[in-house]
Amino acid sequence: MNGRILSVVGGMFLLTVCSKGDQGNAAAAPAAPPAPAAPATSDPSADGGTITGKIKFTGTAAKNPTIDMSEEAACKAKYPSPPTEEVVVAGAANALANVFVYVSAGLPANAKYQAPSTAVVLDQNGCRYHPHVLGIMVGQNLEIKNSDPLLHNIKAIAKKNRGFNVSQPNAGMTRDVTFSAPEVMVNLECNVHGWMHAYAGVRPDPFFAVSGADGSFSIKGLPPGTYTVEAWHERFGTQTATVTIAGTESKTANFTFAAH
Amino acid sequence: MIHALLLMALVATQDTSAGKQVYTKWCAGCHGDNGAGDGPAARHMIPPPRDFTGAVYQIRSTANGQLPTDADLLRSIDEGLPGTAMPGWKNRLSDRQRRDVLAYIKTFSTFFADTTQRPQVLEFGKEPGGGTGAEALRVGRQFYDSIGCRKCHGDQGRGDGPSAPTLKDDAGHPIFAANLHENWRFNGGPTTTDIYHRLRTGLDGTPMPSFSDLIDQKFLTETELWRLAEYVRSLSPGEPPVVRDVIHAPLVTRVLPRAPDDSAWNAVDTYWFPLVGQVIHKNRWFAPAVTGVWVKAVHTRDSIALRVTWDDRSASPDSAWLGHLGRVLATVQSDDSTREQPALWPDQMVVEFPVTIPTGMERPYFLMGSSSGPVYQWRWTSASRSAAVAGLARGIERFDSLPRGGVGARAVYDHGQWRVVFTRALASLDTASQLPFRSGRAIPVAFFALDGSNGEHGTRMAVSTWYFLALDEPVPARVFISPVLAMLLTLGLGMLVVWRAQQKTSYRRQQ
Repeated sequence: MNGRILSVVGGMFLLTVCSKGDQGNAAAAPAAPPAPAAPATSDPSADGGTITGKIKFTGTAAKNPTIDMSEEAACKAKYPSPPTEEVVVAGAANALANVFVYVSAGLPANAKYQAPSTAVVLDQNGCRYHPHVLGIMVGQNLEIKNSDPLLHNIKAIAKKNRGFNVSQPNAGMTRDVTFSAPEVMVNLECNVHGWMHAYAGVRPDPFFAVSGADGSFSIKGLPPGTYTVEAWHERFGTQTATVTIAGTESKTANFTFAAH
Repeated sequence: MIHALLLMALVATQDTSAGKQVYTKWCAGCHGDNGAGDGPAARHMIPPPRDFTGAVYQIRSTANGQLPTDADLLRSIDEGLPGTAMPGWKNRLSDRQRRDVLAYIKTFSTFFADTTQRPQVLEFGKEPGGGTGAEALRVGRQFYDSIGCRKCHGDQGRGDGPSAPTLKDDAGHPIFAANLHENWRFNGGPTTTDIYHRLRTGLDGTPMPSFSDLIDQKFLTETELWRLAEYVRSLSPGEPPVVRDVIHAPLVTRVLPRAPDDSAWNAVDTYWFPLVGQVIHKNRWFAPAVTGVWVKAVHTRDSIALRVTWDDRSASPDSAWLGHLGRVLATVQSDDSTREQPALWPDQMVVEFPVTIPTGMERPYFLMGSSSGPVYQWRWTSASRSAAVAGLARGIERFDSLPRGGVGARAVYDHGQWRVVFTRALASLDTASQLPFRSGRAIPVAFFALDGSNGEHGTRMAVSTWYFLALDEPVPARVFISPVLAMLLTLGLGMLVVWRAQQKTSYRRQQ
């Protein structure tokens, strides 16, 4: 899986990184992380820098497979027409949703960030996962709940974390889990319903986002530094960009994937 | 991190060199030199050998997602994993060797050296009483339905549920939902307690989840989950089937039961024969889906009927199983390294006899005969359910059908099970190539099964060895009367001797 993702990284993609007001900063290759000038922060500074961007794709994406829910009347009833899988969720003008964007390098090595006390919720509703892609911090609660009156098992397949596989045959069941190590991505799936897939990006810091329906994302509160920003998509693979933040400015990092 | 490394170094220096020796000799062939489950034999296996680097283990006494205890690992080493290629090592390796190899296996994953990963044995409790009664089983069945077991294991538990064709293990390899009628093949053991433990812990790395949350969140009581385990246990026979070499076909006076579900079959004894992968002839097959056949036979004065029953998760061809089929072909390496494209192959059953009943111990080659010594076969496929072809096989790749085969077949597919009745006249029009059936002599018989949805066709099949079929004659009355007459005669003679002796004694006294 990872091999596949990595193999498609190599040069296939158009990568555009624009930085507002400083075109010279655009670079495709990740630079070496700078020496941490500032001491470690335990929280993203409220007045730190911001990286925003829009994610698009070029070409034509394969159609998402239609899901046959005839075995599950309770799920089927939740859709006016047969739903599809969410492999490629595109917005207007080829905007690409469900891309996990995170700072993969450049943060001070000794920085420690406190996981928020609020949980990330993963809902099984209509025999689909909501959200389909999520970001979560190490140690932060992931609350998995079942809104369907039928059996789901939720299985996590991980390498750096311990996986799990628990059943939730009743509506209203919940399960809290935490991850102990950074991992992009932990795969979540239901084996009763082979079409149900979700992905969790587990990070040791809060500098991540998932692109919305319009393809946009925003990572806030970054201390000054030069960062490698990675964008991950379940089908199109990964791309990286290098962004330097000097202060409370906002920089732009746009990513364009090539559909295949 | 440094802590973990130090600990690993410590573990590594303990006595893993002894464990490594054992591992290299006995385990690496399947599990690979580096424990990644990629030994030379691995590419033939479904399920593949355990990849120790992830430290994900099916059979545990610990909660889902946790590491196993040493006792858990030792149990899998000792007992093996029934239903897979993993044998038990209790009688092949010494206590010391098994402990050494256990310590070595743990070094393949950093999780065992991580002090934050502390396996904790679950509180399982004891099985409550009253679990074998009809009411208990009814309750168990109710939860079997309500918590969704049937989704994968099927309505009757034969692993043929609607989600069964889509199942994959963590590495994406195809995996079957267990056939709950074959508890002797359960990876973690056959007993009600074993089943209960698997329900609580799940089988990590497989689609089977843990059901402990149901108890913790009060959707189910422990007793109710025990009832489910008891119901699952009740689906298998009390004892695992024992191979009896000779199928006895009694003489029936009424009409031959040609339908698979004719009630006349109920009174007939069943014989079980194990099937294994065909691993002699290329392409070899190490992952057969059919693991045994249940056989019944009867005959009338002029005809024979043989009913072969076997569990098969799919009535092939079934396009729902194409995904599974593709995964099977992608996982299992063929002998000539060509990758076959999935196709809608049918299911097949072959019943094999010699061409004539042998007079001595000589029998034709069991694996479909040879060019010089053909065998007589009945071949049935699910593509033409109510027909069978008789013919001669001269080796695994040559089959010539006979023009006037005269073999009838009727088949039923029912919830993951085929039941096929083969019928033929006892006498043969062509005794040179078609076996005439006669009573009084043991007739060699063998079985071959192919599950099309599992990629089985051609030489990829499950095979049995030779067994025997005997057409029983009713026992003549003299068999019962002769011993009684003999006993009466002996008694009479004895009494006569005693009487004579007494006569003599009284004569002497009178003198």
